[in-house]
Amino acid sequence: MGNVLTIILQRLALGALTLLIVSIVIFVAVNLLPGDFAQNILGQGATPEAVDSIRRDLGLDQPPVTRYFDWLGGVLQGDLGTSFAQANFASFTGTDSGATTVAAQIAPRFANTMFLAMVTAIIAVPLSITLGVLAALYRNSVFDRAANITTLSSISSPEFFLAYILILFLAVLNPILPSLSNIYEGMAFSERLQKSLLPALTLTLVVTAHMMRMTRAAIINLLASPYIEMARLKGLSPMRVIVKHALPNALAPIINVIALNLAYLITGVVVVEVVFVYPGIGQLFVDSVKIRDIPVVQACCLIFATAYILLNLTADIMSILSNPRLRHPK
Amino acid sequence: MNGISRRGLLKTGVAAGVLGMSGMPLRAQTRGGKLTAGLSGANTTDSWDGRTHSDLFMIASAQGCVFDSLTEIAADGSLKGELAESWEASADAKTWTFNLRQGVTFHNGKAFGADDVIESLQMHLGEESKSAAKPIVEAITDMKKITDHQVQFTLAAGNADFPYLMSDYHILMFPAGQIEEAIANGIGTGLYQVKSFDPGVRMVATRYADHYKGDSAGFFDEVEYIAINDNTARMNALMTGQVDAINRIDFKTEALLRANPALRIQEVTGNQHYTFPMLTGTAPFDDANVRRALKYGINRQEMVDKILLGHGQVGNDTPIGPANQYYAGDMEQLAYDPDKAKFYLKEAGLDSIDIDLSASNAAFEGAVDAAQLFQASASAGGININVVQEPADGYWSNVWLKKPFCACYWSGRATEDWMFSTAYEAGVPWNDSQWDQPRFQELLLSARAELDSDKRREQYGEMQQILRDEGGVLIPMFANYVQAVNNRISSPETVGNLWQMDNGRMAERWSAA
Repeated sequence: MGNVLTIILQRLALGALTLLIVSIVIFVAVNLLPGDFAQNILGQGATPEAVDSIRRDLGLDQPPVTRYFDWLGGVLQGDLGTSFAQANFASFTGTDSGATTVAAQIAPRFANTMFLAMVTAIIAVPLSITLGVLAALYRNSVFDRAANITTLSSISSPEFFLAYILILFLAVLNPILPSLSNIYEGMAFSERLQKSLLPALTLTLVVTAHMMRMTRAAIINLLASPYIEMARLKGLSPMRVIVKHALPNALAPIINVIALNLAYLITGVVVVEVVFVYPGIGQLFVDSVKIRDIPVVQACCLIFATAYILLNLTADIMSILSNPRLRHPK
Repeated sequence: MNGISRRGLLKTGVAAGVLGMSGMPLRAQTRGGKLTAGLSGANTTDSWDGRTHSDLFMIASAQGCVFDSLTEIAADGSLKGELAESWEASADAKTWTFNLRQGVTFHNGKAFGADDVIESLQMHLGEESKSAAKPIVEAITDMKKITDHQVQFTLAAGNADFPYLMSDYHILMFPAGQIEEAIANGIGTGLYQVKSFDPGVRMVATRYADHYKGDSAGFFDEVEYIAINDNTARMNALMTGQVDAINRIDFKTEALLRANPALRIQEVTGNQHYTFPMLTGTAPFDDANVRRALKYGINRQEMVDKILLGHGQVGNDTPIGPANQYYAGDMEQLAYDPDKAKFYLKEAGLDSIDIDLSASNAAFEGAVDAAQLFQASASAGGININVVQEPADGYWSNVWLKKPFCACYWSGRATEDWMFSTAYEAGVPWNDSQWDQPRFQELLLSARAELDSDKRREQYGEMQQILRDEGGVLIPMFANYVQAVNNRISSPETVGNLWQMDNGRMAERWSAA
């Protein structure tokens, strides 16, 4: 197991470096955008005095390099800072009420996004693996073709289009599910689940094709190998051959694809959240980019990057653990 | 209401309080039920601080539900008392005495009185203040508490509209000494008490049991406003019955909503207008004849038809709209006439002229298209407009007030003086046409302190005429407020046209059907 630990530590170190680079890139990119927080928040009322006053309050008059290292210093001590929006109000009212840090602002939104990702994963992962196994089993049959065509056309359509189609059929024509996913704290779990179902189904349609086709391809790839031939010659049923003999060896690539799609469920749900008015991190991120609220944008990006890094790491670990040859190297 | 002259109303606002109390709807409105509305204009930056409010979601949540102001503009545009019961002005309109309503409590139990008024107004002052209502409050030189329920304001110069200004949605009444707490938790004297508020997501409020408006307003048990900034999502939510009302209908899909028998569309023309200001201190716009040529070179009707898809009214280059008291609706309408445009160019000593027009959709939806329509119509009059597309980001800082000719919008103001002194008075920061005309300025100052309604009508009429004939702002169209409500909610015949959603006061004025 020693080498697994080494890999984990190596990956974590590399991950930290990646996060640093991501934060620099984001900081530079947001600063390159025209307009800044003060101008955006004031809109038409942006008189030079008001803009200067907000910039002074928020420290936006400092050179970018200073601001970046101030921010980085805070993050290294576990302080994601205060969002410009909240700091701006604090300067209005004269005090900073504790609950306005970036962390406090993001936490409930992130929890919502994780909830949606989980609901989607619970539907999508078993569905696509089952579909993939069945497609491999009955490859080139009508079922295989149909499954491929359906999933491929759903992955090829833009997300908002899928969302509107689902809304049309499941909310407007047959009012089964609500088209508005305005979940909030303190909502009963069943209601929360019902409200999240349409966005979860939309995301399922988006991620299924990838996972299903990878499952199918990985299994079919193995079906030509001698040990499968052996299993078949032993007289095992095709289903047993695939599930017991082929699938375990095909797990590594499948897990990789699942991890990639799970990361997408956390970081790429912006459009779906907007269409269904789901209060997740994606909406917060877009709102913050719009008003150039750099501390929130940075924190969101760090979360997104961390999600990618951790999920990929998990995928690698899982594929090592699922493969005896990698588990017991010579 | 017609029996009382505006002068009487202004001088002795006693009647206003009575009117406010008796302002009962004709139809019996039932108490109970819930109003769920999907509203745009929400941000994660929202808070209960009235100084920062700028869009519908917070206006409807704060002034519309949780907070009150001293005065209130009724749906028909008249002024009535809210936390002030009545008011009196001195003859020069410089000293105003407000009598406050007695027995009013904040949601935390604190009694409302003169100290709250003074402290709530002082919030807008201070050098560092970013309050949009700062210019209004700055005009008050002295605030004096006479009794616990009487406050006297002394203004730097006479202003007959002062009670109107006190209805501004930025100027909310907070409890003195607890302002920070009130901003953090939303503690006001309004009809509804905050139950939960998640900035940029949703606001829920329940009816405050013993409110001074009693049975005359605030008919719902609970109000829920859901932030839906996306047009399609807002429409879907209404179509599937998850919300009862939405603001800002997308004109392109309006027909679909009209076809639904369970929905009603409300459309009102207010003061919201789209403009093309030119800096009249800069050549060639310093020449009144060039400005006149442009006024005849723009096809106003075409813009209403194509940019607003008919949901609006042609403008006459004056910012005073149908929601204003002294709107000169009978003034002769400017119309597209390329020959006249050529004529005025000749007067200016020119055969043709080349002009850059900066536009971006940040100014208003369809501003770039409008600029291109202008370009096409003006070319027949010898005016060659070059449309410069500006980035939406930083438009208000880098283009507006800086480029000699650009696109812009105004949501309008409740009173003539407020509008003019915001954007047309010589030397004010938002004077986007550098407008400085001696006669106009003279009228502005005299009308401001004039308490006689007829004389004011005359003066404001002349000012609108001056702007139409030589003003530096082209105002081709007034855009309607279009919103939709379903059958579960009943709304009065007349809805306010100062702002969307019955001036943001639907929770107060509408009821369950």
